[in-house]
Amino acid sequence: MTDLETPGASVIVVGGGVTGLSAAWWLARSGVDVLVLDKGIVGWEASGRNGGGASHYHSPLFAEEQRLWPLMDEMLGYSTEYRRERVVFATNALHHQQYQRMAQMCRDLGWRVDDLDPAQVREFVPLAGDNVVSGIHLRFGGQANPQRTVQAYAWALQDRGGRILQHAPALRIVTSGGRVTGVETPRGRFGCDHLVVAAGPQGEALLRQVGARLPLAPARAEMIVTEPAPLMPVGGADGNGLYGRQTLRGNLAYGGGPHEWMDIGPAGPERRPSTPVLRNLSRRLAELLPKAAQLRVIRSWAGVVENTPDGRPVIDRLSDPGNLTVATMSGVGFGLSPASGHAIRDLVLDGACSFADLGKLSIKRFVDLPEDWRERAGWTPTSHEEGLVGLRL
Amino acid sequence: MTARGFDPKAQAGKAPNPSRHVEVLVIGAGPAGIAAALAAVRGGAEVLLVDENPVAGGLMGLDVPLYYGGRYTGAVQAKARMVEPVFAAKAGLAEAIEAGVEIELGVYCWGAWVPGQGLASLPAPVAGLADEERSWLVGFDRLILAAGARDVAIGFPGWAQPGVMGARALESLLTVYDAFSGRRLVILGSGDLAARTARLAVGRGLEVVAVIETQPAFRVADDRFPAGVERLAGHAPVLASGGIDGVERLTVRNLVTGAERTLACDTIVEAIGLTPAVELLDVLGADLAMQPRLGGHAPVSPDGVATSLPQVSLAGDVAGVDQGPDAVVYRQAWARALGAVGGDDEVIVCQCEAVSRAALLAVRQPTYLGPPSEAMAARGLDRLLDDGPANQDQIKRLTRAGMGPCQGRRCREQIALTLANAANISAETIPLAGYRAPVRPLPLSVLAAWDEDPVMAATWDVWFGIKGQWTPYADIGTDREALYDGLFGGDMHL
Ligand SMILES: Cc1cc2nc3c(=O)[nH]c(=O)nc-3n(C[C@H](O)[C@H](O)[C@H](O)COP(=O)(O)OP(=O)(O)OC[C@H]3O[C@@H](n4cnc5c(N)ncnc54)[C@H](O)[C@@H]3O)c2cc1C
Repeated sequence: MTDLETPGASVIVVGGGVTGLSAAWWLARSGVDVLVLDKGIVGWEASGRNGGGASHYHSPLFAEEQRLWPLMDEMLGYSTEYRRERVVFATNALHHQQYQRMAQMCRDLGWRVDDLDPAQVREFVPLAGDNVVSGIHLRFGGQANPQRTVQAYAWALQDRGGRILQHAPALRIVTSGGRVTGVETPRGRFGCDHLVVAAGPQGEALLRQVGARLPLAPARAEMIVTEPAPLMPVGGADGNGLYGRQTLRGNLAYGGGPHEWMDIGPAGPERRPSTPVLRNLSRRLAELLPKAAQLRVIRSWAGVVENTPDGRPVIDRLSDPGNLTVATMSGVGFGLSPASGHAIRDLVLDGACSFADLGKLSIKRFVDLPEDWRERAGWTPTSHEEGLVGLRL
Repeated sequence: MTARGFDPKAQAGKAPNPSRHVEVLVIGAGPAGIAAALAAVRGGAEVLLVDENPVAGGLMGLDVPLYYGGRYTGAVQAKARMVEPVFAAKAGLAEAIEAGVEIELGVYCWGAWVPGQGLASLPAPVAGLADEERSWLVGFDRLILAAGARDVAIGFPGWAQPGVMGARALESLLTVYDAFSGRRLVILGSGDLAARTARLAVGRGLEVVAVIETQPAFRVADDRFPAGVERLAGHAPVLASGGIDGVERLTVRNLVTGAERTLACDTIVEAIGLTPAVELLDVLGADLAMQPRLGGHAPVSPDGVATSLPQVSLAGDVAGVDQGPDAVVYRQAWARALGAVGGDDEVIVCQCEAVSRAALLAVRQPTYLGPPSEAMAARGLDRLLDDGPANQDQIKRLTRAGMGPCQGRRCREQIALTLANAANISAETIPLAGYRAPVRPLPLSVLAAWDEDPVMAATWDVWFGIKGQWTPYADIGTDREALYDGLFGGDMHL
């Protein structure tokens, strides 16, 4: 199929994950003619493979995220399965201490957190057991269904006149006179007035084409999911080294634990294997929720997360070319997506974010980073033997 | 040259500790697996042969690994007592033991991995095994996969009840378990598989009431079927009905005249097609491709033995069962005929998640989400297909079809066939819906790594453990920054 004649758009978004789709949806809401290009199917990468957590209180986007999530189903016109609040509970003294500090930090940021005794934890999380030491109840944050949310953004965008072209990888950013003029794909060249790059791990290579440096290290992270259990009063129950959620269907989807650094070419990951780490995840979930220990694990999966050197997002409009906006969420992009899209919309249309300072998320913070930063950090594919040396075993 | 850093929170150095290692691991003790194990042991190798039979009654109830359709006797509930009869039924096991093959029955293989892309930290091949109590890992040099093939199921009104089952499951219940509880069978399909199934059933003293074919003609000659068995070409099953014990009769319709007949039977055996049991190969990352003659997505292999992975080879039906070049076309024709019979609302394609054929075709959101919004109600398969080729994994995410505890065994092929018919394309173009470990649904407590290496616990983090990742924005670049690293390390909830 070639769409050589397909006209471009005022704004082209490269990447149909939650970040790119939310940005495109926000732009379409402002009446902008927008086209999303994805190398595959929307939400096929991290955006459809994550934990669905929406509680990133450290982020400058968080207040806006909190404002928006309860409105999203209505605004999008499709269900995201958003549920409010989270309970984090400890089954040992170390975790008790950590969660207490976390609660204090949230309170310092102005968010309400209630302390829970073990009986209260079991009320919110009936699958918890006698091993509960304490809990905290975040009276904010929440979780949603990533796959449904991705599709909701995509459909809502279409409903507002935006277009999505799947199986259309952006191969080359075309520039002229210091400005981006279009994007080349195997399905033709598409012209644009502004380009948004929200391509996950592939953002680094794309930006290099315009002389910008976006240092990213991709890694694989794994999750497991069980058969359904009766619905608990709170859908987000974390602890014991795990993050996760109970889906509205009742399944328990949990992740955590070691990741694996990868090298990924411009075409994206060839494979995203999940591994025997599913046994370690299963153990921790059986310990966290002893009353769920007999539930069957029915799947596992892995998704690829792109990490910046400090683990924080980059959301920035470049100075050269000035009509390119870039966003990489570095591992915390699902929950923040309602707000990250809004911020990108603002940068594209107004040149600045209307609701938060994003200065510290600028791409410029990495200009002095050494070329071999990944090696220095040990964020490259590492063999078992190298691992044994590193762990000094 | 700068010193290479090290990330203690990554997988490197924490490779799963196999509880043992064998030179050759054979999965599946059917005739092909036993023969392969014997050949390997006679070649001087150390060989472990693992077979999941007898499987737990609970898994049989989920139609894992075969489509048993609930037509088994109570004997299968006592797994421990089934081991001996299963051993005795598998001709050649005694000889294999004699020859030095180590054999474990009632043991599931739920995953297998070899070093490769995205697995740089895996030092050597490893397989995951489990019984009803625990799971463990076995390292291997060579894996011979002899996991066989399974039945392609296609739904029709009344199919989601005890008594509707697959031909391979019937064969297993008759020849391995001696625990089939039906008496009067109707067989769907008219190819080699259907003929062999009819002969097996009659040979075991069962009654075969009729063999039904939706297509105008049978696929193999009449004399391949036992004498006296009624053969009805150009007929479709329109309703299986019965009571609490499942099927008691099947109504069939003459697709030319429209005349209907009701056949008394307690079992309806679907013998429409077999597909190789590729789930472990998909987890391993072996190349698979749609090969219609071999029954669907089958391993890419030059000779039916080698795979794209040097450590993994095939034995027997897992390489594909030759069902003729039009095997998938034939299945698709069956699905079209059953679709034309109607009942889209009643035919539950995905039994685990209760997704009807109508819901699948409408890409309807699951009922627990309540009534769809106006926008959602306007979204259907046609609009999704406008945006890209039919993809089962995408539709599964939206409708939940194939997301249940049977891991899509009852429905994945028929979802592909149904989508293909709705999109008016060949089912051969529908990509494989991916398989993930564990390829058997096993409890958390069984899969759990109770034997975990202490290093895993010592370095475990909720997320990546990136210093400063969770520092509140306002504190970034201030002296408060160090505080957060000190307080939590990286181990923060997400
Ligand atoms: C296991 C796991 C658990 C997680 N848990 C959480 C959580 O609980 N909460 C949370 O907030 N976050 C979580 N995350 C992180 C979250 O998933 C990501 O931050 C988020 O999905 C990023 O979205 P994105 O749109 O920026 O990137 P992606 O989802 O990676 O999307 C990028 C898109 O760009 C496309 N693309 C790439 N290159 C090109 C090209 N050249 N041309 C066209 N298209 C291209 C890709 O196909 C892809 O669809 C988790 C991630 C994983 C893997």
